[in-house]
Amino acid sequence: MNTPTAYFEGLARWKPLEIVFWLVLVGLFFVPGVNLPLLSQIIIWGLFAMSLDLLLGYRGILTMGHAAFFGIGAYTAGYLGKFGWTEPISALFLAAAIAAAVGLLAGRLVRSLGGIALLMVTLGLNLILYDFVLRSTELTGGDDGLQGVVIGQVLGMFKFDLYGKTAYLYSLAVAFLMFLIARALVKSSFGLALLGARENIPRMIMLGAPVGKDVSAAFAIAAAMAGVAGALLTQTIQSVSPDALSFQRSADVLVILILGGTARLYGGFVGAFVFLFLRDWLAQLNPVYWYFWIGLLLVVVVAFFRKGIVPSLGVLFTRMQKKRGTDERTPNRAAL
Amino acid sequence: MHGCGRSILAHSALQIKGLSAGYGAARVLHGIDLTVERGETMVVIGRNGVGKTTLVETICGLTSHHAGEIIVHGTRVEALPAYKRNRLGVGWVPQEREVFKSLTVDENIRIVGRAGAWTPAKIYALFPRLAERRRNYGSQLSGGEQQMLAIARSLATNPTLLLLDEPVEGLAPLIVQELVRVINQMRSEGSLALVLVEQKHEIALANSDRCVVIDHGEIVHRSASRDLLADAETLERLIGVAA
Repeated sequence: MNTPTAYFEGLARWKPLEIVFWLVLVGLFFVPGVNLPLLSQIIIWGLFAMSLDLLLGYRGILTMGHAAFFGIGAYTAGYLGKFGWTEPISALFLAAAIAAAVGLLAGRLVRSLGGIALLMVTLGLNLILYDFVLRSTELTGGDDGLQGVVIGQVLGMFKFDLYGKTAYLYSLAVAFLMFLIARALVKSSFGLALLGARENIPRMIMLGAPVGKDVSAAFAIAAAMAGVAGALLTQTIQSVSPDALSFQRSADVLVILILGGTARLYGGFVGAFVFLFLRDWLAQLNPVYWYFWIGLLLVVVVAFFRKGIVPSLGVLFTRMQKKRGTDERTPNRAAL
Repeated sequence: MHGCGRSILAHSALQIKGLSAGYGAARVLHGIDLTVERGETMVVIGRNGVGKTTLVETICGLTSHHAGEIIVHGTRVEALPAYKRNRLGVGWVPQEREVFKSLTVDENIRIVGRAGAWTPAKIYALFPRLAERRRNYGSQLSGGEQQMLAIARSLATNPTLLLLDEPVEGLAPLIVQELVRVINQMRSEGSLALVLVEQKHEIALANSDRCVVIDHGEIVHRSASRDLLADAETLERLIGVAA
């Protein structure tokens, strides 16, 4: 019989597994011979997928155009670096702000849509932007992307090095901060309202909650985080190409999130880990046909672990706990 | 929330004048007049398909309004969207219950809770059964528990006018008893106006102050609930069920 604040505080309590998760990511840095550039990619994809999770997992908005926001962030960071604004952290803020503004507009445009219509409109917006970037060769460098992107030192101290040490720690720190924000959001009353609208929009309206505004807000927040992920990519590889906002990227991030599991926040990171490691490994085995195996993996995961990796592990974990007789009866959504 | 602190006391909880409404062009209700005072419980009875549910849905803003006025605590609401009516104090517990199945009992109650007398603690005191099951998901509840949760969730928005559409429909006698207790406890609060649509007219009449009987979209009878309950002849004529 606790107060509302106590309830949300209870939700926000960190589970041991969560702490382990982030400690492992830090620990990987110290493993000798580890592929840091790949790990940086994983973190960036994970952050990108987490931003999609806010829309898809928590609000039930199926968008096929999420790469548009990633691309906006990537190009913002690219232009800044090209035209002399080399300080990376302020560039992240700017990338987030511009992506959020576009996200807010996109959210307003699609908030009364659902299902297939929403899918088509978001896909359409993504394609329009991609085509625009590809064609405006003078402005964007077209297919070649932006040339001469210069990124300064992080905090004026850490230079982006050849081994990707700075890139990894920088990406991890930024992703963790974004994760903290997302985590606070989904465990607040705003997050609860998103879940309610995901399930039953008319009912939320009848409970006095107009649900249009939260779509715009969710889009803006998700877009800002996707924009940060895009900017991180530009900064860590010091270049940007139209790939950043291709439809393929929108599809890949959806695959990553569904592999990892929706409405968990961690799903995106776990999905990115599996997806990118496999892609890396498969591409070494056979550089042409690796999508076959990714496709097969997707079919297997969705067929046998319907809800994705993290939720399936969560269920397994709860069962093991029950067997041990520690039936806590906590909602397994909160478990991890 | 909408600065109606003083006006709540000065006006009836609900006033309906010459209301006609339906679905699209089809008119179901014809010239309904009724008033529900603060703290009063009014029961709406009638045969199947005479417009009882349409009446509560019209008050909530879910039907097509054709003519007439709906006044909630002195504010005309017939042109307002549903969510604004809710914020003016209109709570609605639909027949279908529609609890959020993927949320826990606790989350269902807190999801759109608004400040007021009905805090989660007070709601749990009213529904001890929900307090026991607060960590269970909506999908894990029995029909009766879902009904309780639907009422609890609506109470958490601190309505001043609560519309209950067939709350005891299809529930076991023990659960019906429990819900009747809840309804009477809400009545004893003194400030909440209740509108109860019910097929089980005996239970409804025994636990309300006044009643209206609807037939073919019109009010054909209004009286104190007690009087109609005692008048088996009129009841038989109006509802058409053998005593």
